[in-house]
Amino acid sequence: MIVRLGNWIGKHLMLTLGIMVLIYMYIPNMIVALMSFNDSSESRNLYQFQSFTWDNWLNPCAPQGMCEALEVSISIGLLSTLVATTIGTLAAFALVRHRFEGRATMNLMLFLPMATPEIVMGSSLLALFVAAGFGGQLGFWTILIAHIMFNISFVVVTVRSRLAGLDSNLEKAASDLYANEWQTFWRVTFPLVFPGILSAALLAFSLSFDDFIITNLNSGTTVTFPMFVWGAAQRAIPMQVNVIGTLMFVIALTVVISGEVMSRRRAKGKAAAF
Amino acid sequence: MSLADGVRGDLKLTGLHKRYPNGFVAVQSLDLVIPQGSFFALLGPSGCGKTTTLRMVAGLEDVTKGSIHIGDQEITHAKPYKRPVNTVFQNYALFPHLTIAENVSFGPKRRGIKDPKDSVKEILALTELTEQASKKPTQLSGGQQQRVALARALINRPDVLLLDEPLGALDLKLRRAMQVELKRIQEEVGLTFVHVTHDQEEAMTMADTVAVMNEGRIEQLGAPYELYTNPHTTFVANFLGRTNLIKGTVVGREGSGADEVVKVDMYGTVASIKASRVHTDAKEGWIGIRPEKVLIQPEGTSIDAPGASLPGAVVTDVSYIGVSTDYTIRMPWGQEITCFEQNTGRRGGLIPVGTKVDVSWRPEFAFLLDSAQDAEAGIVEED
Amino acid sequence: MEALQRVFGKNSAYWLIGPAAVWLAVFFAFPMLSLLSTSLSDPSGSPIYGYTMTWELQNYVEAVGDYWPYMVRSLWYAGIATLLCLILGYTLAYAIAFKAGRWKNVMLVLVVAPFFTSFLVRTLSWKLILADNGWLVESLKWLHVLGEDGRLLATPFAVIMGLTYNFLPFMILPLYTSLEKIDPRLNEAAADLYSTPWQRFTKVIWPLSLPGVVGGTLLTFIPASGDYINSDLLGNPNTQMVGNKIQTLFTDASDYPHAAALSVILMVLIVGMVLFYVRRAGTEDLL
Repeated sequence: MIVRLGNWIGKHLMLTLGIMVLIYMYIPNMIVALMSFNDSSESRNLYQFQSFTWDNWLNPCAPQGMCEALEVSISIGLLSTLVATTIGTLAAFALVRHRFEGRATMNLMLFLPMATPEIVMGSSLLALFVAAGFGGQLGFWTILIAHIMFNISFVVVTVRSRLAGLDSNLEKAASDLYANEWQTFWRVTFPLVFPGILSAALLAFSLSFDDFIITNLNSGTTVTFPMFVWGAAQRAIPMQVNVIGTLMFVIALTVVISGEVMSRRRAKGKAAAF
Repeated sequence: MSLADGVRGDLKLTGLHKRYPNGFVAVQSLDLVIPQGSFFALLGPSGCGKTTTLRMVAGLEDVTKGSIHIGDQEITHAKPYKRPVNTVFQNYALFPHLTIAENVSFGPKRRGIKDPKDSVKEILALTELTEQASKKPTQLSGGQQQRVALARALINRPDVLLLDEPLGALDLKLRRAMQVELKRIQEEVGLTFVHVTHDQEEAMTMADTVAVMNEGRIEQLGAPYELYTNPHTTFVANFLGRTNLIKGTVVGREGSGADEVVKVDMYGTVASIKASRVHTDAKEGWIGIRPEKVLIQPEGTSIDAPGASLPGAVVTDVSYIGVSTDYTIRMPWGQEITCFEQNTGRRGGLIPVGTKVDVSWRPEFAFLLDSAQDAEAGIVEED
Repeated sequence: MEALQRVFGKNSAYWLIGPAAVWLAVFFAFPMLSLLSTSLSDPSGSPIYGYTMTWELQNYVEAVGDYWPYMVRSLWYAGIATLLCLILGYTLAYAIAFKAGRWKNVMLVLVVAPFFTSFLVRTLSWKLILADNGWLVESLKWLHVLGEDGRLLATPFAVIMGLTYNFLPFMILPLYTSLEKIDPRLNEAAADLYSTPWQRFTKVIWPLSLPGVVGGTLLTFIPASGDYINSDLLGNPNTQMVGNKIQTLFTDASDYPHAAALSVILMVLIVGMVLFYVRRAGTEDLL
């Protein structure tokens, strides 16, 4: 067994190294999953596994304010994804399909937010809000504005690359086959670009859900999930945080894998009919 | 089955001109009438303007000057989706997210036909795709994809069907099979087909009429036989098959009417060429003769041809093809010409390199071209 | 008719780009200018009553004078982390692109999947792994890699490791995109033309993957140099980076002018380095 494994590694050195990097990336996720079963009530040392319990999974919302913070994060995530994906997709169409004055400036303005450290972006927004007299009203809406702002660039980049890879002959074929501009868009262009829009939306949601630095500067008294974690980490971190982390991971992975399996099965079924 | 019912008309291009913003003129004031129901080929090397012409007819390219009519209806500036014209695209442009049946019913549905099931069935049967109806384009072979592109266009019963290098992506064997197939379908449906290609064999196999294009102009237009046997320019002579061009000087004329011949001196030997095959008024000219029309015979044996006989040539290269043999022969004045000989078996072997031979051809096969034209024009590398 | 269409076509581009342009102008470009103006304001103002812009260049002098070690440390840590990300990320991206076979998609999903657990939660779990009495430290001590009172947590090592871990996916994805486009037959052709495996890598694969290398290093280096989470959670007061300082100046000290000056300096340094780097790599068209 060990000899066979050794042979396999010798033959697939790069793959073995790659898998080792992948394992490194998963160490924290494994720890998080493990700690979600940790019974921390007995000890003050919260960074060591004490004893096994189901309690954290049975009462995920036990820590005060955690689930409220989660709710805030999900609402901001969904809203900012919706707005940024819409605005960004329109902009991507303009940039790929049209030549207009100010195109270069627009490209620069889309690139810069990605090249700006979050701390600089966050602090500049804070400086603006304060200068405009909104210093006292920081909260849900200022966070939302900030998240939409940094998501736009990522949406544009994702949708644009999908759109640029689209064979323009397909749209010409549609118009040759009696589809007017509107029908061509909805019947051909949109369905073909949709996977790009979908992955842009997924990216936008995860960026928004996970953002801490910009959010922290512009949040006022509103608490998002990452901010709750940050605050808790300064005192005593509740083990339920690990439950939420593991849950999000499992849900996302299930969705992605079942989607993949379904598309594979569909392809296989069709191949069998061949 | 005939899709070509109802009133249609010839496709008429009048002074059609295309100039790109960068100044390049792709099509130069083209005048062309393509009769209804014909299989018409636009043949030429890449960059000759044939595809641009096709795209202007399809409405995918703006027209700089001139007009396009189908019958009495002008469509010069109509939107692509408002013209009774459909295209089979070069790389098919099949919609990857739709099944074959959905691809084929795309056009009818856009024209407001709610349930085109019957016509889809009919057209899929015609193109032998019934089994493939629920598959996606990526699951089909190249030949099948090609037939889907054809079915998707044909189902709309366009007045004119445009085919842009439709067989270019297929391998040689499949291309031959599809040539026959396309011709069969065209005869069956009776629609006007306009076929763009750079492959002379493909054009000649399928089309009733071929227009040879070069640098935005039509060099010559006619039936394949006419084009091949009586080319008007060195470009056409070279682009359609191979040809031997020998310098000659006109020395006189004989006879009149259909029997009129022009006498041409060719390095001391006088050849007679029918006046209908002479395409220059100058004193000098290129005498053209197709390699398969050239006859050779080792010196001393009698040659089986009534025409002029040129002595003193030497075989310099022999390549045996199987069905025929290609001989390269050096003429007494140093020029090398080519001769294709059918291997009928009468000779009982090959003529070895170095053999002295007599060369001859029947005078009615020769043609005379303008000596100002480039003897190398239109020569294409074999692919 | 045609002219009308042309005008309409032009307008439609502006309608499409408009919302994004306005949003970015108001909430990105304008704040950056506002930041610039704050950085030149009289520091005696306050966030509540506002600042007056007085071309106070002294803010910059003071910011550099007080905080240059943090600045240097940030760039230094971010640079090492980026290099580590490049080595680890290239290995994995290469394995996925050329060696994974039918597991390609699965491995790609696995690269992105950790994102779905909040990065703060994941970073905190490193605290547990690197803890003083944890199994990692114990075994390293047993192996004499670490001394008797050696530790991992609250050291520069932990901070750099955290940065590497957190930004690794941003390196892998662009690298993979670049590598995936390379025709594997090029590798075979190079082998046919007498190249050793190493030469095949340095002469064929690496040059062709440069766009991904540049994209990946930028996506890693830029956020890493402004980060303060890893230094705060895994480091000690002596591993503080410039992000920590900007953050505290803004929120705790409410010293906006100095914080803004520090932000502007960081931004200028990064843009300068990016431009220099991209020029050197010869991939300007990436921008």
